[in-house]
Amino acid sequence: MNVVADIIALDNAQPTAPRRIGEVMLKLDNVSLSFGGVKAIRDVSFDVRRGEIRAIIGPNGAGKTSMLNVINGFYHPQQGVITFKGEQRSAMRPYVAASQGIARTFQNVALFKGMSTLDNIMTGRTMKMKRGLFWQALRHGPAMAEEIEHRAVAERIIDFLEIAHIRKTPVGRLPYGLQKRVELGRALATEPELLLLDEPMAGMNLEEKQDMSRFILTVNDTFGTTIALIEHDMGVVMDLSDRIVVLDYGQKIADGTPAEVKADQKVIDAYLGVAH
Amino acid sequence: MFYRENGQFNTTYAEDMAVFPIRQDRIGLALILGVAAIGVPLFGNSFFISSVMIPFLVYSLATIGLNILTGYTGLISLGTGAFMGVGAFACFKLTTAFPNVNIIFWILASGFFSAAIGMLFGLPSLRVKGFYLAVTTLAAQFFLQWCFIRIPWLYNDSASGAIEVARRTLFGFPITGAQASAQTRYLVLLGIVVFMTWIASNIVHGRIGRSWMAVRDMDIAAELMGIRLLPTKLTAFAVSSFYAGVAGACMMFLWYGGGEANDVFNINQSFNILFMVILGGLGSLVGSFMGAAFISSLPTIFKFGLPAIGINIGGATAEHLTFMVVGALIVIFLIAEPHGLARLWQITKEKLRLWPFPH
Ligand SMILES: Nc1ncnc2c1ncn2[C@@H]1O[C@H](COP(=O)(O)OP(=O)(O)O)[C@@H](O)[C@H]1O
Ligand SMILES: [Mg+2]
Repeated sequence: MNVVADIIALDNAQPTAPRRIGEVMLKLDNVSLSFGGVKAIRDVSFDVRRGEIRAIIGPNGAGKTSMLNVINGFYHPQQGVITFKGEQRSAMRPYVAASQGIARTFQNVALFKGMSTLDNIMTGRTMKMKRGLFWQALRHGPAMAEEIEHRAVAERIIDFLEIAHIRKTPVGRLPYGLQKRVELGRALATEPELLLLDEPMAGMNLEEKQDMSRFILTVNDTFGTTIALIEHDMGVVMDLSDRIVVLDYGQKIADGTPAEVKADQKVIDAYLGVAH
Repeated sequence: MFYRENGQFNTTYAEDMAVFPIRQDRIGLALILGVAAIGVPLFGNSFFISSVMIPFLVYSLATIGLNILTGYTGLISLGTGAFMGVGAFACFKLTTAFPNVNIIFWILASGFFSAAIGMLFGLPSLRVKGFYLAVTTLAAQFFLQWCFIRIPWLYNDSASGAIEVARRTLFGFPITGAQASAQTRYLVLLGIVVFMTWIASNIVHGRIGRSWMAVRDMDIAAELMGIRLLPTKLTAFAVSSFYAGVAGACMMFLWYGGGEANDVFNINQSFNILFMVILGGLGSLVGSFMGAAFISSLPTIFKFGLPAIGINIGGATAEHLTFMVVGALIVIFLIAEPHGLARLWQITKEKLRLWPFPH
């Protein structure tokens, strides 16, 4: 399956400007994380460059989700050094990571179930909204101006993701594929520099996967957002990503371009289940 | 005229963001306000106003307060009664110390005291949730209730241990104390409730309200949106307790006209208001009014309504009947419709929008 080719075929009116991949934005050195006796990540090092799409792959339980959790501050590794935008990072709360420009989506959709699509996306604007309780209580003047300004941004995201028809629907009522899309919208609303996507296409049909791939490519292309994504669909991974890091049992077993990774014997063994 | 938004187009975000975007809703609201502000005081007798309308409004305010915490932010509290008490005592001390400042000002200002106390007891909410938070707030309830009795300074060392509500005026009219008529007390209360409902509606529809709901629905994702959990929860505790405090002050000064804290601001009151929140609908302001109206009027209906249509039950039976009906309804609602009366109302409206052509 070649999703990207399909999209380009559909969409080849758009000239593809050469993408620019810049300096190292995120760097992990010798990171180890364990839960009691379980070693989820063992001595892993890799980096993510500005502007690239970086995939993290590996069998279930390989430590991929844990890796994202380390990057956005949910888990604090016992060992290792993380450098983001040139600054070495200490243990921090997720909201600090958010304020530094890291957003993410979750493997199991983690939307705000009781809120509408629009409110979920508006919540993504929280960090950019400054008016305090006093003005909020009046909902006039500066608070209203701010609300309208951010509503306009939310509407642009809604248009881009083609979810205008479900704007006012409580997200709990939406089908899974659309929930994933709203979750992407909510992450985009924070205007991230680094976007972490945990299995954005899990459980989707072909058409939904194509849509999602198109959105991911457009986000990366037009806004220059750096993306690190976990995905099991190898076709999608090979098409979308610039570089791939492969984890198995918490260890990094390969790192390189799709072609390099595809040819790597250790990767082939891991995926074919050769005894370790 | 049909209930629907056909032909009404919102052309700006501001219009679309209005709390009542459908014109029929706005007309309905205006009608209700008109009846409440003009109809009730003009045609309602003192008994109806003082034993139905005033309790309803006081409870509505308290229910909105608890709903902000429990319905919007997902934090349970069993300390509402005590937080109301803090408001009542604060108002009492303030108006004793500064009798010349208008009592309405002090009623509203007393909310700040309960907000501060509420935030203090809300601190554990960063670490504990659900059952454990319920126990923490229960501890607050008992501790504060103990203070209300054991600190004579709070009730000005009066021998009875009760709050005494003195005469206070607005433009020369007595609005508290024995000379204040039910009508005047009702109108003052109505003003406070309408104003504070408007404020609550503004808050829950903006950034802070969304942050509360985000924390309620999925706190880890909320943190990734840059929402800090502790300040968000504490804000909810503060605003919620503010409403409880003002409700408590209103209860003492505009309804009871004095009384002993232990009788009024006890654990039963906390549960009473929690039941109003659950019956009315978690996370709904309209529901808060519905829950308060329903539960606060039941005793009166049983005590006076049933005899009026020829069914004679004693006062004690009426009270038991209230407990039984409310208890049964709580169980039914928790199982069948956790979003309460407000959700039933919404379903009715959705049906109405399609009626009479349901397809
Ligand atoms: N919070 C946790 N507590 C205990 N063990 C965990 C926790 N999170 C992940 N693990 C363990 O870490 C390992 C890696 O899990 P995960 O990162 O979710 O893998 P993947 O996303 O690659 O499927 C698994 O063995 C898992 O059981
Ligand atoms: Mg995973």
